[in-house]
Amino acid sequence: MNKKKINVWDLLFQNKVVFIFLVLCVAATIASKQPLTFVIPELFTRIARNSFIVLSLIIPVIAGMGLNFGIVIGAMAAQIAIFLTTYWGLTGISGFAATALLTTPIAAFFGFLVGRLFNYMKGNEMIGGLVLGYFADGLYQLLFLFIFGGVIKMNNTTLMIPTGVGVKNTIDLKDTVKYALDTVPMLSIVEVAFYLLLIILACSTAVKLVKKQEVNWKSVIGTAVAAAAVYGLTFIKPVERFLSADRLLLLSAVELGCLATALWQGWGLVRWKIQSSKGEEGQGEPFPVEKAIAYLILAAAVYGLTYVPVLYKVLIAVRLPVMTYLCIGALCCFNNILMKTRLGQNMRTVGQSRTVANAAGIDVDKTRIIAMIFSTVLAGWGQLIFLQNVGTVSTYGAHTQVGQFAIAALLVGGASVQKATNKQALLGIVLFHTLFIVSPLAGKELFGDAVIGEYFRVFVSYGVIAMSLAMHAWKKAEKPKKEEAGSGAGTEAA
Amino acid sequence: MRNPLKPLVGRFGLPRVIIVSFFLFLVAAAGGFHMNLMQLLSDCLRRWGMFGILALAMVPAVQCGIGLNFGISMGIVGGLLGGLIVIQLRVAEYPALVAISPLFAMWVAILIAIVIGVVLAVGIGYLYGLLLNRVKGSEMTVTTYVGFSIIAFMNMWWMLLPFTDGELIWPNAGKGLRNTISLAASFSNVMNKTLAIKIGDLTIPTGLLLFFFFMCFLVWLFMRSKTGIAMSAAGANPMFATAAGINVNKMRLIGTVLSTVLAAVGILVYAQGYGFMQLYNGPMMMGFTSVAAVLIGGASPKRAKITHVLIGTFLFQGILALGLPVANQFIPESNLSEVARLVISNGIIIYALSQVEGGSGRE
Repeated sequence: MNKKKINVWDLLFQNKVVFIFLVLCVAATIASKQPLTFVIPELFTRIARNSFIVLSLIIPVIAGMGLNFGIVIGAMAAQIAIFLTTYWGLTGISGFAATALLTTPIAAFFGFLVGRLFNYMKGNEMIGGLVLGYFADGLYQLLFLFIFGGVIKMNNTTLMIPTGVGVKNTIDLKDTVKYALDTVPMLSIVEVAFYLLLIILACSTAVKLVKKQEVNWKSVIGTAVAAAAVYGLTFIKPVERFLSADRLLLLSAVELGCLATALWQGWGLVRWKIQSSKGEEGQGEPFPVEKAIAYLILAAAVYGLTYVPVLYKVLIAVRLPVMTYLCIGALCCFNNILMKTRLGQNMRTVGQSRTVANAAGIDVDKTRIIAMIFSTVLAGWGQLIFLQNVGTVSTYGAHTQVGQFAIAALLVGGASVQKATNKQALLGIVLFHTLFIVSPLAGKELFGDAVIGEYFRVFVSYGVIAMSLAMHAWKKAEKPKKEEAGSGAGTEAA
Repeated sequence: MRNPLKPLVGRFGLPRVIIVSFFLFLVAAAGGFHMNLMQLLSDCLRRWGMFGILALAMVPAVQCGIGLNFGISMGIVGGLLGGLIVIQLRVAEYPALVAISPLFAMWVAILIAIVIGVVLAVGIGYLYGLLLNRVKGSEMTVTTYVGFSIIAFMNMWWMLLPFTDGELIWPNAGKGLRNTISLAASFSNVMNKTLAIKIGDLTIPTGLLLFFFFMCFLVWLFMRSKTGIAMSAAGANPMFATAAGINVNKMRLIGTVLSTVLAAVGILVYAQGYGFMQLYNGPMMMGFTSVAAVLIGGASPKRAKITHVLIGTFLFQGILALGLPVANQFIPESNLSEVARLVISNGIIIYALSQVEGGSGRE
């Protein structure tokens, strides 16, 4: 009993940032007197917009480079690309794909340069990245104000300042790539996914055949048939009608999630029953029956909750852009998979100790550069997702606060300079943006002025970064002291 | 050794050579465009005095070992509060003081503002120093964000503080203090006007420069005092200083407080020269400007001298003063000079940061 109490207390203490913000969010939401039907849909819009760029921060944290303030540069790469494709008149999802494709080499090159520079300032990456952002902003302005139009001739009256030199303050994406990614219909996603899967399957089988490796025909055909069956489902009229929409009702998403959980766990239970009746127990890991049942009950409970009128109202008010959320999910998977590869392991080692990594034969500098390239490119794509959803590009301002807000969101989720996970990033986005939505309104209700709320949220974003950096530095400064006390001669400078 | 420029570059560092050349180029260009060089020089001198003390705030910070103090906004906030209180009390309009001389009344006003600012800055600086003693090794990152945070924090307070003077708050029932507060009725240009010498188009703001040099002299004196030398030792080599019986943490605390106090004085001197006091996000990037100035003068995150402040501020502010009119000759109505400011000030900081690790053994 006593022990359990301490554990709860520890849990609270370890996640104090998250809890503080949880309380703050709830309090501010209540103070703002806004209905949940306003806050929640707004929140989901913001999650779709901002998640990708926040998730792009995780890789450098793991590689020991701290919070990457240099993602601003990735955002700049995205804006250069989006300006060029708008100038060339590319539109729709193909225009968006072209922009993403163009962003990649620009951001990769920038990331390479940033990585090179960071190798000269190990231990000072964060302040270096911040200053570098401002420095790059100068060069960015030079490019957009003088080189576009001044050096490179550009004839476009809607994009350029009337004198012909320099780009206008805002670029309107309404007729080009606004909502390009958000409005991809689910039907097309399923279709493309089906053909992609077939191609991948065929390729891998062919490669295996050429290399004279054993081919598991049973699983290949099984996968193909399953995929075809799913694809075939889309030709049924009601399913087709359901999938031809581009947004998914949150209610449907929750229902589908419950259904998927129930099917998955139910299938596991059935298999376990068959196996145990056959007496084949002991193979592999034992099936966690209790967990499966817990999941089933949970799914049923969540489904039951959707019938609560308050929640139901919220759930039918939110429409998720499917493709955007798929991209975010894919990035989460990518972050996880990367950590299982050799490269990811190298990054982790470098992050823990450069000296150890070096001794283990890892090229520390190269690993760090690769981490920066990944992060910068992902940040560039993240900025594209953001811009296509917002619909206008503020040419000289859209990138300036990107690093600031993304990093604050990550930290609010409980991440630190040394540790960050997908879960923390997503939780952080939810909390930080809830606060962002409601704090001006709460400020208006409490002080009679929305501006105070706006200042408050800016203060929160700076304050949480300052606090996190200070706590990290504090821990780092105390560690050598302890080592010194323990071993007597700990002069190793970390 | 074939390249004759190499020893020069080695000694001053490549960026400094570039910046000096750029400055000379601007002077030549201004001459080439037949601009009024004397007027431009007056502008340089005025800016030199205005920004000098803010840059001077870096010297004790660097010497005591906390490195480049991006968080001088801590002191700036104190100075601003001092200024606000003086305006609220309308010190510069006290009949008894104005009867002696209006300029005298203004001096009294700014000196009271400075005293209030200094008192506040000592308190803030002390707390700030306690924090910095706990984050040894990462001071620069922490100071930057603590500096940003205090500005954001004060943004809320500028809205809520109970100032009532018409000069300070928004007219027409707006809430909170104004963005920019005119000092015309309090201490605008008080130092610049004092003993100003006019030779043709050249105006020398003697009072301002004297005050700047006086502050430099005070810091110089302090650096040569017993405490000052102990402080420099603590900053240069904490291990050795501890062995010699110096209380390193105390010395760092003194340096931080001094830096914060100088920032408070600096912002008031800056405000009087500018004629306005900027609240809200106005002083956000002041730390960066000051850091860039000392670095241009030849300082490093480990070592800074008064001469670095004098040279650096003059060069940096000179480039900014000359840059705008010259850039306008090339491309009218452009903010090319703003671009130059961003690139130069942040470029020099990046250069300095990349040198620190390069010098002290990369892993």
